[in-house]
Amino acid sequence: MSSSSDKSKDIQDTTKRDFLYLTAASMGAVAAGSVVWPLVDQMNPAADTLALSTTEVDLSPIKEGQSITVVWRGAPVFIRKRTHAEIEESRGVDVSTLRDKESDEDRTQKAEWLVMTGICTHLGCIPLGQKSGDQKGDYGGWFCPCHGSHYDTAGRIRKGPAPKNLIVPPYEFLDDTTLRIG
Amino acid sequence: MASGQREKFENPVIEWVDSRLPVFTMMQKEYGVFPTPKNFNYFWNFGAIAMFMLVTMILSGIILAMHYTAHNMHAFDSVERIMRDVNYGWLIRYIHSNGASFFFIAVYIHIFRGIYYGSYKRPRELLWIFGVLIFLLMMATAFMGYVLPWGQMSFWGAQVITNFFSAIPWVGEDIVLWLRGGFAIDNPTLNRFFSLHYLLPFVIVGVVFLHIWALHVTGSNNPEGIEPKTEKDTLPFHPYYTMKDTFGILVFVAIYAIFVFFFPNALGHPDNYIPADPMVTPAHIVPEWYFLPFYAILRAFTFGVNIYILAGLGLTVVALLPLFTKKTAKEISLPVMSFLMALAGVLLLLGYFSQLELESGAKALSLPLSTAFVDAKLCGVLAMFGAIAVLFVLPFLDTHPVRSARYRPWFKLGVLLLVVDVVILTVCGAKPAEGFWVPLSQVSMLYYMGFFMMGIPFLSKFEPIKDLPKSIHQSVLGGERA
Repeated sequence: MSSSSDKSKDIQDTTKRDFLYLTAASMGAVAAGSVVWPLVDQMNPAADTLALSTTEVDLSPIKEGQSITVVWRGAPVFIRKRTHAEIEESRGVDVSTLRDKESDEDRTQKAEWLVMTGICTHLGCIPLGQKSGDQKGDYGGWFCPCHGSHYDTAGRIRKGPAPKNLIVPPYEFLDDTTLRIG
Repeated sequence: MASGQREKFENPVIEWVDSRLPVFTMMQKEYGVFPTPKNFNYFWNFGAIAMFMLVTMILSGIILAMHYTAHNMHAFDSVERIMRDVNYGWLIRYIHSNGASFFFIAVYIHIFRGIYYGSYKRPRELLWIFGVLIFLLMMATAFMGYVLPWGQMSFWGAQVITNFFSAIPWVGEDIVLWLRGGFAIDNPTLNRFFSLHYLLPFVIVGVVFLHIWALHVTGSNNPEGIEPKTEKDTLPFHPYYTMKDTFGILVFVAIYAIFVFFFPNALGHPDNYIPADPMVTPAHIVPEWYFLPFYAILRAFTFGVNIYILAGLGLTVVALLPLFTKKTAKEISLPVMSFLMALAGVLLLLGYFSQLELESGAKALSLPLSTAFVDAKLCGVLAMFGAIAVLFVLPFLDTHPVRSARYRPWFKLGVLLLVVDVVILTVCGAKPAEGFWVPLSQVSMLYYMGFFMMGIPFLSKFEPIKDLPKSIHQSVLGGERA
């Protein structure tokens, strides 16, 4: 049988030991985490990959109704000088009926220039519609042959499995004929 | 493995080693005299065949790595050099590329065997789970291996499959960036895939070791699905099954060799002989044949989860709950379950048709609140992984006391239909996702999921329990079973 003072010493020891366990364990967790993070983060894009993050494009040779594809960060970017008919068709759509609700004005800085990443938001194929003979889909824009997504003349998803509109990358017009993407 | 009751070997060298590390005693116990049911049919060959294929893949793979260059500028050319210049390079590459297909053929038959004869059931649940884990690792390894030649299908397959992860809400895009190591599939992606493709087979070897260890604790199942009771029911593994497995491997290898030598590209895709081009998508991206059923399930989701589908799924869970909570069929009310399931079915159909787009662009059924809040892409990805995940829990979904489909006519019909269903899914996966193929893959997907999640729990409670033969010996001698 232990006396009451022994009992209180026991309790003190227990709490002190618990405290030491907890602090040791949490320091261990911090140490393990700091070792693991570099092992995980090394898989993220490296500095040289990140350095390729802007592309400048000369727009002067592109005529109305023509498209070009440029490479930005290893992926295609569609640049299209749209016709008046295409612009009007796109602006005439009721935005509330769209799957990914974005107005034409929100997707362009200058009405005639449509700039967007040419990667289907479904599973990453490159939609057709850049060349004059290509299938352009039911909405006269772009059509992804992999799983049948139809995009309209503002690159918005109208039909098929893709959840989002074609992504508009960050870009600015340096002057009337020079575009910088990124 | 206990060295205590070890018997002495006559050969002094073997005895010297065995008294220090009893590997010979272990081999004798596990592969020599190991008691094995005497009624195996040829389905029981496929474990050994799969093991043979794993060794073949590792050996041919190590050789290919001696000549392969993991760089996006050189990978394609280095594979062509293997094909044209390296001595017997063409043979080793064809052994490896067709070997992947034949490894999957062996494993799919092995999995079918496990399901048909109830090998996943108590006490072999963990054995089965290790097996599904091996299957999952094989799929990852095969996918990354297919990327290495850096042809068009390699590149675009990698693009589509890494894109699955972008369906994850909020963190999806960051995960894709992390997996690829860049903004697009590029050299960093190729390098890490090569590293992991070399590593994973050895992880598979580790899990195969656990799989076989677990097998040797419980012993093999057999076509009758009853445990061996006396010595009359079993045979020593050697020479009976070493011989039978050797025979099975030889037949399998003969067919494999026909493909390697005469149809080496029959199971591949010609587009993969076009160097990878990030600017051009092939008209029709298809994965390797062994992924097609899962690819079909992915693409079956042209619709997402809206309020009707959610309600339908919720009601299905409520309807089926008694299958898991009640002990016997008598406690379950079939009329109530049928009524709830019918109601759930109506809700699911409403949810489906309210999202189905007609040629005109309008919906087939105009309903309020029909917009999906879990989009089709995420549903497809979840269903595809779910189709594999459901195999992990199969031992716990099936609580029927009889193992073998030989004594479960209802289950037998369900499993055979499942085989037909998977073949249909394979065809759907190979076809473009349009027209008739979309509803066909949707119905097939529904049967696949329904069989595992609803059919098996239902049969567990309602399928009559038949009389089983008294012993393996008796069933082999005939009489009871026609």
